[in-house]
Amino acid sequence: MSRINGLFAALQAQGKKALIPYITAGDPQKEATVPMMHALVEAGADLIELGVPFSDPMADGPTIQLACERALAHNTSLKDVLAMVAEFRTTNATTPVVLMGYLNPVERMGYDEFAAAAVVAGVDGVLLVDLPPEEAVDVEDSFKSRELDMIYLIAPTTTDERIETIGKAGSGYVYYVSLKGVTGSKALDVDDVARNLDRIRKHVSIPVGVGFGISNGATAGAVAKVCDGVIVGSAIVNRIAANADNAELARQQVSELIAEMRTAMDQA
Amino acid sequence: MSTTPDNAHAAFMEANLPDARGHFGIHGGRFVSETLTAALDELQATYLKLRDDADFQKAFDSDLAHYVGRPSPLYYAERLSNHCGGARIFLKREDLNHTGAHKVNNTIGQALLAKFMGKKKIIAETGAGQHGVASATVAARFGLECKVFMGSTDVERQKLNVYRMKLLGAEVESVTSGTKTLKDAMNEAMRHWVTNVDDTFYIIGTAAGPHPYPMLVRDFQSIIGRELKEQSLEQLGRQPDALVACVGGGSNAIGMFYPYIKNPEVALYGVEAGGLGLDGDDHAAPLNKGRPGVLHGNRTYLMEDENGQIMGTHSISAGLDYPGVGPEHSWLKDVGRANYVAATDDEAIDAFHKLTRLEGIMPALESSHAVAYGMKLAKTMSSDKVIVVNLSGRGDKDIHTIAALDGVTA
Repeated sequence: MSRINGLFAALQAQGKKALIPYITAGDPQKEATVPMMHALVEAGADLIELGVPFSDPMADGPTIQLACERALAHNTSLKDVLAMVAEFRTTNATTPVVLMGYLNPVERMGYDEFAAAAVVAGVDGVLLVDLPPEEAVDVEDSFKSRELDMIYLIAPTTTDERIETIGKAGSGYVYYVSLKGVTGSKALDVDDVARNLDRIRKHVSIPVGVGFGISNGATAGAVAKVCDGVIVGSAIVNRIAANADNAELARQQVSELIAEMRTAMDQA
Repeated sequence: MSTTPDNAHAAFMEANLPDARGHFGIHGGRFVSETLTAALDELQATYLKLRDDADFQKAFDSDLAHYVGRPSPLYYAERLSNHCGGARIFLKREDLNHTGAHKVNNTIGQALLAKFMGKKKIIAETGAGQHGVASATVAARFGLECKVFMGSTDVERQKLNVYRMKLLGAEVESVTSGTKTLKDAMNEAMRHWVTNVDDTFYIIGTAAGPHPYPMLVRDFQSIIGRELKEQSLEQLGRQPDALVACVGGGSNAIGMFYPYIKNPEVALYGVEAGGLGLDGDDHAAPLNKGRPGVLHGNRTYLMEDENGQIMGTHSISAGLDYPGVGPEHSWLKDVGRANYVAATDDEAIDAFHKLTRLEGIMPALESSHAVAYGMKLAKTMSSDKVIVVNLSGRGDKDIHTIAALDGVTA
């Protein structure tokens, strides 16, 4: 069983939901990323989405745009990101890691070369924001033969018919984008998410994570009641940005947020 | 998805591209985040229906005639031709359109689509400001709310166009992310669209972006090539030997080329921005020096570094200062139907002065790239041959740039 499937099965057995933080690799420095990943796990994270910085992050709000700019200021490349995962794996063999980003850096490396290197590094899944299943046929061939999970997005605007297609194409989990907007948006409507989750579950059998607009324990706890995983990105990246010159303080503040969310979700 | 050179030509001759999912060979397609898929599906369905709708076509043709002022003339540049020696050079005068460039052909078409779809708000991205002005213009014409995204660097260097858009009632949003130019304006427009997708229509200014944009922009701009075919028969008794157009995103070029694609006796030349020269990195010539990648919703030739990050570009002309290109041009390059060449900043400036002095026509700096290559090409061809250069825009907006180069503070 893949690390991602194993995680969701184990959590389900315990009646718990997955807490999934996102950070941009190389933000603010390359050497800060692996210690931050360990801190996230220690504070209660179940799975890590590690952002691959891109020059043109079309689906991201200002917070993650700036994180990409900070990471690219010292040329954090896809190869660097894979090296970070490999380093993380030297002391953590259990926490799944999903790379999240845009297609072009992967396309430039080559699908096969990337997939092979990702598996060696210890990557479990990949989420490419600008790659819908219709365009992913070649990529999926490279990934599936190596048991890399392909995580797709579902949006409030996605039709039932497409939800079914995405549910079949994806593996590991699907990522439900809770609102029409970019990352770091403010208002998530829990009732609306609940209604859409009902709709999604009619067509999708794998776990459903929810992201966009979750920035504190209260929202995380409320959303956890209706989904399988809670994804939080910009709220963490904001704390990293605020402490760009003090990695220890950044880890401390991020850990506090993760712990708050963990507690709220486990009580939910 | 893969296309070998051998079957590419055969596929090309019988293809009616793009395919149902917007592909031109390996190029094009729809690479967007999931939220936009439904909006693009709706746009595609609406467009395919209206494309053959008599009322829609009548409204489009009527505005092209009475609002834009079409057909644009086909003008024999006799003194320029004599100066070069060689082929006769004709100019397709898109600079005489309302708002001063070919851009308005497309904004009229897309604003009509917005109206038929019941959307009251339009957004647009702009580099030099020409597409922004053309969008603000049609917004005023159709009573739509208009917001234009423009890189903060471009806002600074194109102040007059910013003011023009404001006079027309548009709101100009200065974009400070990334390189603060056209590509970042397009990112920001996409982000705004994702957030306001229910009531907002995104008017993309060039024949690029996610399907169906490259197709519909091409179709709206094809009026250029269709008119040229008729005018050539009337004025020359035959079709030209070569067509020359500048290529940034490539909407004026594809509009001119498309009706000629299956006339192989007519040579097609797309002219990219050579900037300071193709040997360095200071240019905007992805078809000459780039490689296929994915940006802004489509696969196409891109300027990117070895890690797949998009590179900053350089051109004297803000309208060509873009790291990608429309996917149909990438396809025409791959199958060898069109030739993609470049003109440097200096060659474009020289052509600007030549056309101004010899014909009394001031071309936009974008179009000056096409004029520069047209002059070069004419010298290699005999006097019985005919070249048509697409004069895609007029140079009023660039007077400050030219004046600054001459040390004049205008």
